[in-house]
Amino acid sequence: MNERDLRRQIADVKTGRLSRREFVQRMIAVGLTAPMAGAMLAHSGIAVAAEAIPYKPTKAGGGGPLKLLLWQAPTLLNPHFAVGTKDQEACRLFYEPLAGWDKEGNLVPILAAEIPSKENGGLAADGLSVIWKLKPGVKWHDGKPFTADDVVFNWEYANNPETSAVSIGSYKNVKAVEKIDDLTVKLIFPQPTPFWADAFVASFGCIIPKHLFGDYIGAKSREAPANLKPVGTGPYMFVDFKPGDTVAGKRFPDYHVPTQPYFDTVEIKGGGDAVSAARAVLQTGEYDYGYNLQVEDEILTKLEAGGQGKTELTLTGNIEYIGLNVTDPNVEVDGERASLKTKHPLFSDPEVRRAINLLIDRASVQKFIYGRAGVATPNFLNNPERYRSKNNSFEFSIEKANQILDAAGWKKGASGIREKDGKPLKFVFQTSINGPRQKNQAIIKQACQKAGIDVELKSVVASVFFSSDVANPDTYTHFYCDMQMYQTTMPQADPQFFMNQFTSWECATKENKWQGRNVCRWQNKDYDETYKLAQSELDPVKRAALFIKLNDLVVRDNYVLPEINRLNAIGVKNGMVLYKSGWDNDLAFIASWYRAS
Amino acid sequence: MAGLTHASPSVEAAPVAASGKRRFSPGRDALRRFLRHRMAAASILVLALLALSIVLGPLLWRIPINEIDFTARLAPPSWEHPFGTDDLGQDLLARMIYGGRISLAVGFAAMGVALIVGIVVGALAGTSKGPVDAALMWLTDLFLSLPQLPLLLLIIYLFRDFLKGWLGPEGGVFVLIVLVIGGFRWMPVARLVRAQFLSLREKEFVEAARALGASNVRLVVRHILPNALGPVIVAGTIDVAAAIIAESTLSFLGLGFPPDIPTWGRLLFDAKDYLDIAPHWALFAGGAIFLTVIAINFIGDGLRDALDPRKVM
Amino acid sequence: MGNYLLRRLIVAVPSLLGISLILFVLLALAPGDPFGELATNPNVPPEVREALRVKFGMNDPILLRYVRWLIAMMHGDWGFSFASRVNVDTLILQRIPTTLYVVGTAQILALAVALPVGVLAARRPYSIFDQIANTFAFIGFSLPTFFTGLLLILIFSVNLGWLPFVYRADLQATGWQWWWESIKQAIMPITVLGLYQAASYTRYVRSAVLDVIKLDYVTTARAKGLDERKVIVKHVVRNALIPVVTLVALQMPTVFGGAIVTEQIFRIPGIGSLLISAILANDTPVIMAVTFVFACLVVLFNLIADILYGWLDPRISFR
Repeated sequence: MNERDLRRQIADVKTGRLSRREFVQRMIAVGLTAPMAGAMLAHSGIAVAAEAIPYKPTKAGGGGPLKLLLWQAPTLLNPHFAVGTKDQEACRLFYEPLAGWDKEGNLVPILAAEIPSKENGGLAADGLSVIWKLKPGVKWHDGKPFTADDVVFNWEYANNPETSAVSIGSYKNVKAVEKIDDLTVKLIFPQPTPFWADAFVASFGCIIPKHLFGDYIGAKSREAPANLKPVGTGPYMFVDFKPGDTVAGKRFPDYHVPTQPYFDTVEIKGGGDAVSAARAVLQTGEYDYGYNLQVEDEILTKLEAGGQGKTELTLTGNIEYIGLNVTDPNVEVDGERASLKTKHPLFSDPEVRRAINLLIDRASVQKFIYGRAGVATPNFLNNPERYRSKNNSFEFSIEKANQILDAAGWKKGASGIREKDGKPLKFVFQTSINGPRQKNQAIIKQACQKAGIDVELKSVVASVFFSSDVANPDTYTHFYCDMQMYQTTMPQADPQFFMNQFTSWECATKENKWQGRNVCRWQNKDYDETYKLAQSELDPVKRAALFIKLNDLVVRDNYVLPEINRLNAIGVKNGMVLYKSGWDNDLAFIASWYRAS
Repeated sequence: MAGLTHASPSVEAAPVAASGKRRFSPGRDALRRFLRHRMAAASILVLALLALSIVLGPLLWRIPINEIDFTARLAPPSWEHPFGTDDLGQDLLARMIYGGRISLAVGFAAMGVALIVGIVVGALAGTSKGPVDAALMWLTDLFLSLPQLPLLLLIIYLFRDFLKGWLGPEGGVFVLIVLVIGGFRWMPVARLVRAQFLSLREKEFVEAARALGASNVRLVVRHILPNALGPVIVAGTIDVAAAIIAESTLSFLGLGFPPDIPTWGRLLFDAKDYLDIAPHWALFAGGAIFLTVIAINFIGDGLRDALDPRKVM
Repeated sequence: MGNYLLRRLIVAVPSLLGISLILFVLLALAPGDPFGELATNPNVPPEVREALRVKFGMNDPILLRYVRWLIAMMHGDWGFSFASRVNVDTLILQRIPTTLYVVGTAQILALAVALPVGVLAARRPYSIFDQIANTFAFIGFSLPTFFTGLLLILIFSVNLGWLPFVYRADLQATGWQWWWESIKQAIMPITVLGLYQAASYTRYVRSAVLDVIKLDYVTTARAKGLDERKVIVKHVVRNALIPVVTLVALQMPTVFGGAIVTEQIFRIPGIGSLLISAILANDTPVIMAVTFVFACLVVLFNLIADILYGWLDPRISFR
């Protein structure tokens, strides 16, 4: 299917010859469809009617307690400070954004009356502004009305560097937020912005009340009493919070969806480890929901046999990948190791990279380590599906790797290790400390051994590996090592932020205190140009094609070796009906959760 | 009382020494008493067997420790894999043999470090008074209050590369681990030794020795220390177990051996999530640690009985 | 004696200051960064991380930060948690009751088991009772708590379904129900912790009693025709208590400090779990506060032990 076909079909939807549902199904059939198929239609002027979230109960309340188990405990309850997923999840009990992302990557209105589109006049043709209409009659937990002032305030609050909100990234690209009337706001962007649904959407888009936080903007932000006692518009009202342990809430009787929520009270218990969390949901049924069960699939299956609950999986864009260092970590240039001025002595040979790519047994890693919770992939950008390249494939073959290395002149020495020009083919492979990753390392090491490559394994404790400590050489951004493996998360259904991690200007160097996101330090002119095009391309179809090209450029150079597209696994007690999207927090739609009798 | 178990060494040792017409030597006497402690003698044998199988094992059992076999995952014990396999299908017997070398070496070496530092600090503090005692106790208090995790991370960060360059990857890590585990476990020994010394140094026999003109060093080494060894031996035997287990937690900080090198503690830790799926995995690692601990403890008991003829029957 | 006590207390101040300085420097130098989690989130620009570092004064020289911390501490300000954005003392106070309940009870249980078992075992060494007690002790300290905890969970929660294994500090029940639930949920952690501790205590008590039970004065006391019970309690146990007091004094600070592994397994919101999550999140103010209180307790209990030595054995004189 090419661009012209797509356009014809979109036109068909417009004229009514093709239903929206049929369109989406056809997209799925050709592998081009996507969560963002909706956005495709939206930009072409077709209203997005997001799929209805299933909800059976006819009145609010009466469901008793809802018990949630997060093995990482929430430590704060202000959505603008919510660093970790655990904190964002807890915030979603009390706070809501204007819209959230559903399973397919469509926007679902929450505090908005409708999703802006060309049709309803919400989206400007030039991509420079968006108008949001707010849902009328929404009340804060303390009874005050929710208005456009609150929305404007949230932009001011987060955008003020003094506030030190971690949500600032979603707001700093908005030039202004104007109140049109009490229930209408207009966002103005400095340049045409194809991805406009960042501010006020999903977790960093949660709205906090102006009347409680208004005095605490800027440096005083940490003194606000409401930081610890949230007052929002969400389905549950605050009862109690013990940082690092529990969050408790009770049903908000004036919730803006009159039949929701179903449960009378809610409790989040935090702490412990993922395996025992899975036990408490799947095996003993002590809890109704267990979050992010990063547990070997084998154990999950065994626990499910307990019959109390099951594992549910959702697609994400998160990718476990192996990066080869483009620069030489063992040579210091101008006081900097792995300087951009150096080339890696082994990996600069493209044949070596090709061989290593063949030595990664993705299928086995999927089958024996990640199970249902991972999909082996040759692509870096996997989801939403319409951005997934069809042009790549992967293979595991020790034999071929041996042939390639033989042909490239890497001869086996006396010890069985290959070498060329006196350089032995041996290197250090690091990752963070985490059960599955160590097994993954072992599998790769063994394959390499059989191909005459000596791999030394190194593992760094996660709190150091993922830190941004400038002085510590063991962080993943320093990458003072030859090869490393970790997971990059894709926080939004849009790949723009996600794909900037291979642009030249993002290289992690001493100059930017290793804060850059391009950790392998891979540089490619074509990539940079294409990325800039994608940034301002308003046509969603062309934009998708650009992102697919970006993916192919990175992946085919074999410095970046994608391995597993991770799925998000949660534990759900039998009888619970919960709607959950991979593009938003698990608890984004908690108002609609219920227990089937 | 004596009738309940084996014969009392203190009663029998004297006639033997007399009839043998040999010169009475406390050392030989102690050795004889130790060997009469049947459990202790048996334990020496058990430990020797363990050590032997660990040293000779790789020659007899030739499956490599990291041979991955997905078709034999979590297999229970069989002729092919006498101890079964883990979740990557790696042979557990081979891993146990390999890991035993590290675990036993780390356990004993770390115990040695903890005991030596503890005894020296405790003895110095217990014999001297005033500022020296205060300073040493301050040091003990300091070590007791140090938060281990951040300190370990700091140590890795500061010294790993240095030690690696100096002693090679394995040797460097070994020295580091032994020093770290020993360095965090000497304080109870020091406190115990000091407390014993405070009491013993005022006892009559010490006074008597002092009156006879014994030097301070002689007083400590020949008179006080042997009488203070009871708790030290207990501490030492507990430390071996603790060190074997502590090594496994260290590897989770990236301080231990590389992740693909199995040790007993590490095997036990990896096995814990599979306890209800593949119990054999934990069984052999836990059993090996337990066997070692029992052997060490009986040897400890034998030692303490041997060192003081008056005590115990 | 009073003079001695006073002098020790005065010396304790500079020694605590010294310890606090070392702790502070160590934590400041230790690798890691409280805003590391931001680094993996592409939506958070690096400038925000830098601004946060500046805001929390993390780029200032270490000594300046130490002096600042010390002055604040003297004013009763324990610091401000980076991760929770809450005052540290609030966090600690929230966790003290649970810690005291679980870890305190476990210590009492350990002593209650170890003292009688150790004494009885030493009275008849190598008797059947002694052998059994020893075997249990060996099992006790050769199996780590992460293992025994899991074993208990598998038996009592999963297979038998008798006990819950997720500890909840905010039980919904009231009255007797509340008491029953609190006891039920604490049984497993207290057992795991208590027995692990009891195992080594038993060995120490046994050894200490063995050290004195054959001494001449005990035989003399017995020869005088004293009641056996009296001999054991008055003559043997009292003299054997010195190592036991030492050990108990060593362990008491952990009643405050919590038990990291056990708290993690059973999800007990105690100080131990606060400390470990603070360490993993590099939340330095929390780590500093907890370890400093811990250090104070270490020094205090060392002092108490010294005083008890004098009482147990009057010949020990302190000058």
